[in-house]
Amino acid sequence: MKVEELYQEIILDHYRAKHHSGLREPYEAEVHHVNPTCGDEVTLRVHLDGNQVRDVSYTGLGCSISQASTSVMSDLVIGKSVSDGLDLHEEFLTMMQSRGEIDPDEDRLEDGIAFAGVARFPARVKCALLGWSAFKDAVVRASSSKQEERS
Amino acid sequence: MPGEYPSVVAVEEVDDAELQPVEEIPYDVDHIRADFPIFARTVGDFPLVYLDSANTSQKPRVVVEAIEDHYLNHNANVARAMHMLGAEATEAFEGARAKVARFLGARRSEEVVFTKNASEALNLLAYTLTPRLGPGDEIVVSVMEHHSNLVPWQLAAERTGARLRWFDVTPEGRLDVDAAAAQGLVNERTRIVSIAYVSNVLGTVNPVSAIAAQAHAHGAVVVVDASQAVPQLPVDVQALGADFLAFTGHKMLGPTGIGVLWGRYDLLEALPPFLGGGEMIETVRMTGSTFAPPPHRFEAGTPPIAQAVGLAAAVDYLSELGMDAIAGHEQELTGYALEVLGGIPGLSILGPRERVARGAAISFTLDDLHPHDVGQLLDSRGIAVRGGHHCARPLHERFGIQSSTRASFYLYTTKAEVDALADGLEYTRRFFGAGR
Repeated sequence: MKVEELYQEIILDHYRAKHHSGLREPYEAEVHHVNPTCGDEVTLRVHLDGNQVRDVSYTGLGCSISQASTSVMSDLVIGKSVSDGLDLHEEFLTMMQSRGEIDPDEDRLEDGIAFAGVARFPARVKCALLGWSAFKDAVVRASSSKQEERS
Repeated sequence: MPGEYPSVVAVEEVDDAELQPVEEIPYDVDHIRADFPIFARTVGDFPLVYLDSANTSQKPRVVVEAIEDHYLNHNANVARAMHMLGAEATEAFEGARAKVARFLGARRSEEVVFTKNASEALNLLAYTLTPRLGPGDEIVVSVMEHHSNLVPWQLAAERTGARLRWFDVTPEGRLDVDAAAAQGLVNERTRIVSIAYVSNVLGTVNPVSAIAAQAHAHGAVVVVDASQAVPQLPVDVQALGADFLAFTGHKMLGPTGIGVLWGRYDLLEALPPFLGGGEMIETVRMTGSTFAPPPHRFEAGTPPIAQAVGLAAAVDYLSELGMDAIAGHEQELTGYALEVLGGIPGLSILGPRERVARGAAISFTLDDLHPHDVGQLLDSRGIAVRGGHHCARPLHERFGIQSSTRASFYLYTTKAEVDALADGLEYTRRFFGAGR
């Protein structure tokens, strides 16, 4: 297995110039996720407007895979509906757990398909999922806190 | 002897001949490597360059064969089977204990307790040494401890109300003994000092004897985590001046699943049991039990018998090469690696940059690259290193970094492998466009 399959150009581009990075106001939820085996960390905020993801902002330390994946994720989910964002998380997760067996849908995952190669390196799958898991967690928290406000 | 429990083989009964290093034969790495079948492996088109021995060492054929021979020809439980195989297994197990005792310069075999690893040995102490501690008492460790010599003491402090304090490190990665002296770190409230002999991250060899003397002057007990020391350096527990010493078998050519706790016999004898169960007892009644003397008091249940046999074979192998020769080889190699790695732009070494009082682990950062990316690129060229915090997160925090890459050498490592590492690191920098 060639290391170039893992480090696709798209991944390296996102790693070198991360999209949407930095923490911004306003936000309804902030989460901090850690990968204890390697110590990768991400602090991530979501700003929801009704049912829409208006912003995802983040800061973190980690390997190129985790940083690039978070960058790609923010590109994908900002502007989408919450449910579409969570569906994308599900589709990305399925691709990452496929050990490279499935052909990802480029129309849906866009730059995210570059991580299909990462799925063949089991030790790195968790890196690619860090930002996505943080996004899902933050959205769930933001949604539930909004429901509490209403009730 | 079947049935005559507990049987212990005296240190003096260990055959001297096989323990004497043969001085005339020069240290021949190629010859040594031929004893390790794993070095015939390749990673893709590259030969395996194994630089992760501080994590676990590779095994010479004789160790694996000793374990195989035990299981295939002598297998039985120890200390309780009234038959020939039981006697053979018991003799092998207790013989291993005597061999380890001899290797450490222990006064008697009963000072060697077999555990499952160094962590269990340290946990055993953190439980049995602390029942009478309370608020006002202090336990001292250092900021460079492996989590296994930190977390058990944190738990003990939480349990008892004792205060956990620690030695800091200097910017160069040496134990900051001057700052410790200035702040009275070790004092009349100190009950336990537990410290690494050799840092698994920095490679620093700590002045354990001096610390032990200081601790003893205040009546404290001294525990040494020698997991990175016993594989690399000649260790004489009597000369060292410590009270207890813990290490693990798998970092010194032995199998996983066995660790060693050495303790001064009078101190071991005063400790309560740790785990309860079979073979650690004297008499058991429903109303209460009395306990076996050390070492068996601390070896509840069926012990790691085959692992002890493997560890004994490892001790024989190390003794034949001679620990002085092994330490010499590693010193030379580490000096060479410090020089070569020091010349790579963007590479910054954690810990001492000269080979004085330094073990064969070198941790470093490379530009702002994450160690997992460095490790992945090196792995693509057959080079195995470790990336992360190496179970020493507080130390990384102390140096203001999240993680590092570590290359660690052993008795079978060659200069050519150090060169391969340096080439691999240059390749890694180019791949990620260093200097961007």
